[in-house]
Amino acid sequence: MDALTNDLDALERTLAARIAAAGDEAALEAVRVEALGKQGAISGLMKSLGTMSPDQRKEVGPKLNGLKDRVSEAIIARKATLAEAALEAQLKAEAVDVTLPPVKPRIGTLHPVSQVMEELAAIFGEMGFALEEGPDIETDFNNFTALNFPPKHPAREMHDTFFLNATDETGARKVLRTHTSPVQVRTMLKQKPPIRMICAGRTFRKDSDATHTPMFHQIEGLVIDETTSMADLKGTLIAVFKAFFEVDEVEVRFRPHHFPFTEPSAEMDVRCDRSGGQIKIGTGDDWLEILGSGMVHPNVLRNCGIDPEKYQGYAFGMGVDRLAMLKYGMPDLRPFFDGDTRWLKHYGFSPFLLPGLAQGVG
Amino acid sequence: MKFTLSWLKDHLQTDATITEIVERMTMIGLEVEDVEDASAKFAQFSVARIVSAAKHPNADKLQVCQVETKDGVKEIVCGAPNARAGLVTVYAPIGAYIPGSGITLVEKPVRGVVSNGMLCSGAELELDTDADGIMELDASLAVGTPLAEALNLADPVIDFEVTPNRPDWLGVQGIARDLAAAGVGKPTTKPIMPISGRYKSPVNVTIETPQACAMFTGRYIRGVKNGPSPAWLQQRLRAIGLRPRSALVDITNYIAFDRGRPLHVYDAAKLKGDIHARMGREGENFKALDGNVYEVTPAMCVIADDARVLGLGGVIGGEETGCSESTTDVLLECAYFDPVLIHETGRATGIVSDAQYRFARGVDPGFVVPGAELATRMILDLCGGEPSELVVVGETPAQPKPVLFDPDRVRALAGIDVKPTRARAILKDLGFESSPEGQSSKKLIVEPPSWRRDVEGPADLVEEIARIEGFDKMPANEPSRAKGYRAPPASVGESRIRVGRRAAASLGYLEAVTWSFCPRAHAQAFGGGAERLMVANPISAELDCMRPSALPNLLVAAQKNANRGFGDARLFEAGPVYLDDTDAGQQRTIAAIWHARPPRHWRATVLPDIFDAKRDCLAVLEAIGAPVASLQNAPDIAAHWRPGKAGALRLGNKTLAVFGEIHPRVLTALDVEGPAFAFEIFVDAIPAPRAKPTRAKPPLEKLDQMPLSRDFAFIVDDGVTAADLVRAAFGADKTLIADVGLFDVYRGERMPAGKKSLAIEVTLQPREKTLTDAEIEAVSAKIVSAVMKATGGTLRN
Repeated sequence: MDALTNDLDALERTLAARIAAAGDEAALEAVRVEALGKQGAISGLMKSLGTMSPDQRKEVGPKLNGLKDRVSEAIIARKATLAEAALEAQLKAEAVDVTLPPVKPRIGTLHPVSQVMEELAAIFGEMGFALEEGPDIETDFNNFTALNFPPKHPAREMHDTFFLNATDETGARKVLRTHTSPVQVRTMLKQKPPIRMICAGRTFRKDSDATHTPMFHQIEGLVIDETTSMADLKGTLIAVFKAFFEVDEVEVRFRPHHFPFTEPSAEMDVRCDRSGGQIKIGTGDDWLEILGSGMVHPNVLRNCGIDPEKYQGYAFGMGVDRLAMLKYGMPDLRPFFDGDTRWLKHYGFSPFLLPGLAQGVG
Repeated sequence: MKFTLSWLKDHLQTDATITEIVERMTMIGLEVEDVEDASAKFAQFSVARIVSAAKHPNADKLQVCQVETKDGVKEIVCGAPNARAGLVTVYAPIGAYIPGSGITLVEKPVRGVVSNGMLCSGAELELDTDADGIMELDASLAVGTPLAEALNLADPVIDFEVTPNRPDWLGVQGIARDLAAAGVGKPTTKPIMPISGRYKSPVNVTIETPQACAMFTGRYIRGVKNGPSPAWLQQRLRAIGLRPRSALVDITNYIAFDRGRPLHVYDAAKLKGDIHARMGREGENFKALDGNVYEVTPAMCVIADDARVLGLGGVIGGEETGCSESTTDVLLECAYFDPVLIHETGRATGIVSDAQYRFARGVDPGFVVPGAELATRMILDLCGGEPSELVVVGETPAQPKPVLFDPDRVRALAGIDVKPTRARAILKDLGFESSPEGQSSKKLIVEPPSWRRDVEGPADLVEEIARIEGFDKMPANEPSRAKGYRAPPASVGESRIRVGRRAAASLGYLEAVTWSFCPRAHAQAFGGGAERLMVANPISAELDCMRPSALPNLLVAAQKNANRGFGDARLFEAGPVYLDDTDAGQQRTIAAIWHARPPRHWRATVLPDIFDAKRDCLAVLEAIGAPVASLQNAPDIAAHWRPGKAGALRLGNKTLAVFGEIHPRVLTALDVEGPAFAFEIFVDAIPAPRAKPTRAKPPLEKLDQMPLSRDFAFIVDDGVTAADLVRAAFGADKTLIADVGLFDVYRGERMPAGKKSLAIEVTLQPREKTLTDAEIEAVSAKIVSAVMKATGGTLRN
C-alpha cells in the first residue's frame, strides 16, 4: 500500500506542477482533462476502487478523494489567477493617452439685454407688476396722439420717428414705436383701473452715432389707481434700483422735465461715483440720469377712456441697453447689435443662472 | 439756449454764484448742459510784462526774461522768438496746469537756469492755434489782471436744454423769472415805456390771413444810422455764438434772445408800397438772407409788399429788403405767427432760424406791442432816427384760459405738502394771478400769464408749484405690494421665449440681438419685402425693410465673424419678425443658425448636416412645451432652403418650426459662404397649454411587464419618408407600441433601382400580462401590414 501512496504523492506533485505551469486556460483545461476527465489519471484510479477489497477501499478511498479535491481546487485557483492576469493584460493594452482633448462642449450665452429685461421683470414681478406687451409697428394714435403729442407739435420731432409705407385706417403712416409707451395706451384701453404693469421691448428712433442706435430697448411701468402719487413712484423706484444694482442704498433725485404724456414730469438721477473710470451706483458725489417719469397726464387718461377726475397714477420709462451698460460695464452701445461672437461670449450670461430675487438677480 | 451770467443779471439781482445758479436751474427744470467759465479755466493765468530779455547762457534759442508779474519780478526762461522787453503777455506761475500741453508746471532748471513760471502762447491756453510765439496783449493792461478779464472772457456762458413746453425760456427774461421764483434773486427787468410816434407811418400793413398771422405791428423809423453795434452788444452776441452784423440786425437778434421775441427790420427804401401778411402763391419765390432762393407755397405765410414776396413770415427775411450800412429808413416788424404753420414751414423749407424756432414753439402773444416798443427804444438809442406812430393790425391771440385749482392737488399728485399761501406765492412769482373761487371754497381761480400757453389744467399748476418748492421735498413711500397670490406676470409667449433662449444657449448657440430691419433684397429672399413693410425714411438702405425672419441678419453676422477669423458661429435670436403691418403680423420666433466650420478633431466626426439643426430645433421645441411627439414632419419648400434639405414640423395646418440648409443662391445673395444650417421656431404657433384645475400631475404609470422589441426592415420607394413609415408602424397598435425607432437606411447594390430599405425597431410594452408568442406574432403582423399599406413597401427578408 505504501507503493500506492507513493504513486499518489508523485501524481499529485506532477499535477500541481503542471497546473502551476499552465500559461493559459487551454493548457489548464488539458491538465484538468488529463487528471479529472473521464479518461483522466485520477478518474482511472477512482474506477479502480471498485476492484479493491473493502479494507483497501476504506484506506485508499479517502486519499483518492482528497487528491481529487485538491487538484480541482488547484485548477480553480489557477483559473482565477489566469483570468485575473488576462484582464490585467487586456486593460493594460487598452490604456489610452488621457491627455487627448475631448470634443469641446458648446455652451452659448444669453444677450445682456435679455438678461437685464429678465432681471427687471423679476424685480417688478415680485412687486406685483404684470408684464404687458404691444407690437413694434404702431399707429400714430397710440405712439403720439393718445400720449398727448398734439399733431404737428415740435415734441413729435424730438422723437426722430421711423415711418412705414403702411398706413392706418385714418390714412396716417404707421410708425415704428419710438418708445414703449403705446403699450400703456393699449393696456389702459383694455383694462379698468387699478392698473399695475410694466412692458419692455424694442423701440426705434432715426438716430445713429456713438451713443445712439436706430433700435434700442426700453422698459416702462404704469400704475393707475385713485391715490398713487409721485411719492409712491419714488419709493418704488428706490426699491427697484436697490434690487437691480444689488446695493444696500440708492439715493435718487428727481429733476423737473417735460414729457407730453406726464404732468408733472421728472427725470430721475441716481447718486453715483465716477472716480476710477467706472460708474458705481449708490454712493459718491455725482448724479447719473437714469429715467424719465411723471404723473400720467389727464389728457392721456382721457384719451384712454379713464376719468382723470377719479383716477391718477405714475408712469416711468428707461433704456434697457443703458442699464445693462451701467450694471455690467459695457463701454459702447453699438456692439450690442453686431452679433460679434467675441462680445457675446464675453458679455453674455450663462443660460443656467436664472435671475430672481431668491437667487440674486444678476 | 445759451446766455451769459452778466446778461442774466440784467433781469435778476442776485449774489448767487454761477455754481448755485446752475444747480438751481437744473433743479427747477432748466437742465444745464454746459457752462463755459473762462474765469475758472484761466484762474491761474494773469497779465505780465517782460522787463528785460537776455540770451540764455547755455542755449541759442532760449532767452532768460525778467518778468513783472502779480507775484513780483520773476526770472523766466522763454523759447518764444517774440519775447522781448516791454511785451505784455500771459504769465503762468509754478503749479499752473497748462491746458494746451496738458502739463503742470514744476520748478526745474532749463539748461541750467531755473524758470520761475512760464509765458504762454495762445495754443498753450487753447485760445487759438498760434504756437509760434507767446501772446501779445494790449500794452495798457495792468500787470496782475486775470487773463479772463483781460480778454473780456470773464462772463460765464451757460447752455441749457429748453423743453418744448417752455418757449419763454428762449429769452433771458424768462429764465430770470423762474430763477427769481425759485429764490435765487429779485427780478429787475426794466419796464418798457411806449414811444409816441411823431408821424403816421408811410407804409401801411394788412393781414389777409389772420389764422396764419394774427397780429402785426410795424413802425417806420427814418434817419437811422446803421453801423456796427456797440461793443457790449457785440460781446454778448459773440458769447452765445452769434456773429455781430450791424446795429439794426444785432438789435433784433438781441431781443430774440433777451425776450424770446423775434423781430424783423426792413430797409424801407427798398419796399414797394404797403406790407401784406398773406399766404404764398404758387410760382412765387424770393432770395432769403441765407442766400438761397425759396419757392413759396399756399401753405406758407409770406410777408409781401405790393410787388413781391419779401420773406417767409416768422421764418426768414429776404435779402433784397434787408438792412445794410447805407440804410437810413427802416420798417420794424413785430408780429405773431401761428406756431403749427411756422413749424410746418420750417419742415418744408428745412430752415431752422432762431426766429422760426421761437415762433414754432410759440412766442408770448402778449408781447407783440411791447416787443415793438422795446425794439424801437433800442434802435433810437443805438442808431438814432425818428419813429412813426405804431401801426397795429389784427388782434392779440387769446389768453390762456383760467384754471380752477385745488391746492391740495399738489400733495395728491406730487406727494409734497405746500401751504396754500405758499402755493399762491409761487404762482404769483411765475406770473400767475390767482383768486379764491368763492368765500367757502378752498379752490383758486388761476389765470396763467400770456407766455404760459402750456398751462391747461390743475396738473400743470401742480408741476409749477412742486418744481419751485423742490422735488427734493418729495417723500419716498414704501412700495406697496399686491396682496395674495398673483398669476405669473408674463404671457405664455414671453415665458416660452425665456425658456427657449435658455434651451438654445445650452445647445451652444450665442444669443444675438440684431436689427428689426434688413435690406429689402434680404427680406425678399426670405419671403418678405412687402411694400407696406418698407421703412419710408430708413436710416440707410441696409435697414430699409422690416424683417420677415431673423435668419438673414444672423447669417450676415456669422459671415462677419468668419471674416474676422472667428468662424463656426452658432447664433440665435429670440425676437420678433414682421409678416405684415398688423398686430398679429408680428410674431415671436426663435431663429438659429450654424455657420458650420467645425474644427478638425482626432476622433472621426460626422460632418454637420441638417439633422444637427433638426436635433437642436426639436430640443428647443420640447423645452418650450411644444407637443414634439405629435408633430408631423415633412419637407419644406420655402425658397430660402436648399431643395430637398429642409423640413417643416407641423401640427395640423400650423407650422411650428422649420429647419434645413440655406439655399446656396440665397447665401450668395447675402454674401455669405456656405454651408449654413438653420432652424426657426414660430413660438406663437405653438398651442397654449391647456388650463388645468390643479398643478397635480397624473400618477406615474410604472408597468411590471418588461418591454420587448422587434426589428423590421421594409423595402420602399425612394420617395417614401421615414416619417410616413414610422407613423404607420406606430398606428398599428396604439396600446402595445411604445416606441418606434428608425435605425437603418440602406440604398445600394442589393436594392432595386429607386428603392431603399428602412429598418425600424418597435418597442412593445405589455400592459397587463406578459405577451405570448402568438400575441407578439399578431402585433408584428399588424405592424407589417400597416406599413405595407401606408407605404406600398414590402418586408425585407
